[in-house]
Amino acid sequence: MLGNEAIANGLMENGCTVATSYPGTPASEILGAFAALDKKGPGQRHIQWAVNEKIAFEIAYTASIAGLRAAVSMKQVGLNVASDPLMSAAYLGVKGGFVVISADDPGPHSSQTEQDSRLMAMMAKVPVLDPDSPRQAKDMVKTAFELSEAFEIPVMLRPTTRVCHARQDIEPGDVLPGKWDAGFQKDPERWAATPKFRFQLHRALEKKLDAVSRHQKTAPVRLNDAAKTSKALVVSGVAASHAKEILKDLNLWDILPMYQVLQPFPLHQDFIVHMIDTYSDILVIEETTGIIEMQLADRHRVKGKLTGSVPGVGELLPESIQKIISEFAGIDTQPIDVPAEPGVRPTLCAGCPHRAAFFAIKKAAPKGIYPSDIGCYTLGLNLGAVDTVLCMGAAVSQAAGFYHAYKHETKRPDIVATIGDSTFFHAGVPALIDAVVQNVGFVLVILDNHTTAMTGNQPTPAMGMGACGEILNPVDIEGLVKGCGVRFCRVGDPYYLNEFIALLKDAIQYSRENGPAVVISRRPCLIDRLKEVKPGWEPMKVEVADTCDGCGYCIDHFECPALSLNQNEKQVGIDSVLCSGCGVCISVCPKKSIKEVKDAG
Amino acid sequence: MPDKSSISQQIVISGVGGQGVLFVTRLLAEAAILKGLRVFTSETHGMAQRGGTVLSHLKAGAFSSPLIRAGNADGLLALKANSMAQHGYYLKPGTWAVVNSSQGVTTDADVSAYIVDAERLAKQIQNPKSVNLILLGFALAAASAKTENNLFCQMEDVETVLELRMAKNKTMLDDAAKALEAGFKSFK
Repeated sequence: MLGNEAIANGLMENGCTVATSYPGTPASEILGAFAALDKKGPGQRHIQWAVNEKIAFEIAYTASIAGLRAAVSMKQVGLNVASDPLMSAAYLGVKGGFVVISADDPGPHSSQTEQDSRLMAMMAKVPVLDPDSPRQAKDMVKTAFELSEAFEIPVMLRPTTRVCHARQDIEPGDVLPGKWDAGFQKDPERWAATPKFRFQLHRALEKKLDAVSRHQKTAPVRLNDAAKTSKALVVSGVAASHAKEILKDLNLWDILPMYQVLQPFPLHQDFIVHMIDTYSDILVIEETTGIIEMQLADRHRVKGKLTGSVPGVGELLPESIQKIISEFAGIDTQPIDVPAEPGVRPTLCAGCPHRAAFFAIKKAAPKGIYPSDIGCYTLGLNLGAVDTVLCMGAAVSQAAGFYHAYKHETKRPDIVATIGDSTFFHAGVPALIDAVVQNVGFVLVILDNHTTAMTGNQPTPAMGMGACGEILNPVDIEGLVKGCGVRFCRVGDPYYLNEFIALLKDAIQYSRENGPAVVISRRPCLIDRLKEVKPGWEPMKVEVADTCDGCGYCIDHFECPALSLNQNEKQVGIDSVLCSGCGVCISVCPKKSIKEVKDAG
Repeated sequence: MPDKSSISQQIVISGVGGQGVLFVTRLLAEAAILKGLRVFTSETHGMAQRGGTVLSHLKAGAFSSPLIRAGNADGLLALKANSMAQHGYYLKPGTWAVVNSSQGVTTDADVSAYIVDAERLAKQIQNPKSVNLILLGFALAAASAKTENNLFCQMEDVETVLELRMAKNKTMLDDAAKALEAGFKSFK
């Protein structure tokens, strides 16, 4: 079972009744797996994809204060979006167990930052558990619910990519039915506390934390019975899994005492005293920031990220941990040579409608500035059609920032921003309202592929479908755009490339004179298996005619993986396996050398 | 066949997004479970799946870490010809690699490399997206033919896994079994 499935099983086995999420790698599969288990089981839970992480958090949190067991899952940068309710929820506390699952991505493999959610837990003053494997992640869901209920406090579970996307042989336990025993007890001095009372809530929170830091069930564990030495290792999360194997391989298992921290914050007080009293040399190995190290506050005895003994940037790969432990133990090992991996850069799929839209944008505004956003379409970078990527929804506000920066110039650049449909709902809408109010002259292209593609095709609010496939109310994007006050809003299909370029040119012309214009680029994602029918388009067979002189224009400017230059023959070839038959390249070729093959019959 | 407790194998599977690296990894993992082994795999998700380099680690036996350290792998399944150059450093000396390539593969490492042109075979069986299964079949054949290449599972185990997974879709199962067999038979 995948780490994320293990977490979903943990939620199921512990009677989680309300679960919400916004998808993001590496956390995306948790809610989907939970929904799948629910369909197998009694099917009586509220499971939903929310518009963004803040909303997901607030829904699950409120179910908890109404007395239900609830969980919200997201990736680490999603927690930034949900940080506002997190900080406040820590003060107010919970009733039913409430688990905040925030998955970190050291590396990063698929994120903007390597931030450590445990630091966010520390800032919010909520306990955080740090699983080392899928199995432990599943077990920790139970611990988290119990801890949350015992102390009436939100509890964070912080897996990392290597836990979420590891697979381990785990037996699923019994599915516990959801428990619908909502009983919200009004207590405005708590649930709607004014600043004066918040001070008292803060004091109460500190008391809870003090008790949590003495809670025996989450105390650090000694992993081995090593001889008495002056040195010790402290590990947590997936670094602990690596270290266990490495210590055995280096024959240090019986020599170097190793402790695993299960709850990095608040670190157990007895443990801090024990470590500082017992050892003169302590090495802490953890991801991604030195949280445990910080709390083991003795700068003379404790080494880790803060002292530079453990790299502070990037994923802690086992090779690197082996080197660190060897040096700490004072033994010689063969240095492991890990070559830098150039690898193949990711690209949009063959036939991806985003590619056609980006090509059209470059044609319509060749000297434009192109703010973009988070999603598959970030890969528009390869096409030179993405200039900035900051965070969810920023395409719209960055477009505004560029507009204001240039507004007193006589020659202003055209600004064409791109944002996916799901990202538009997530954080683009408030920014668009702002752009209308400020009359920002720019074109927003909403890349509407009817899905949240990058994270595995979760539904968007426009689809009218829930996490369990149930029918919900769809929200219409055009209506939403117009409701924000945008007066130019048109829909086009990027597969009809020339018409789409013309539409973009109209929008750009409008934006120069009149303010914001929105073009909805509508064409479903190719790999969304939920939709078998792609109306309005029949896949076509394309071939390259002899007139192709191998100029490479289509390769450089369209970058479809199905097109490649055959160096020997000086012509472009089409990979019939990869080609999806979108036929957009027919309009891309400046020499008209790519043609549709009409069947003789 | 050595007894279960002594089995401890680490396999790297490498390719690019869309080739089915994760699928092969899952089949092997399920074969391990079928044989009563503990198993750990680590996968690439997210943006890299859009045609970027995808690397899976599979560990059968008593392990605690999901990752294989460089120089510790017992075998490599390379779905791309350049995967050998890119990820060969994971292999222990004296181990094996099976590589999908239309040409030979040169390596200066102390590794037995077995080459199969899986793309061509896939075209032959008119299932161009079955390169992953062909390579897996080839690897299973290589492992059974050469005792030093021991793999924790056999052809029958993977066939059983396919049958369990695809019980509801006969066409899919037939296609998959055909691809696996084409790879298996191509080993000489």
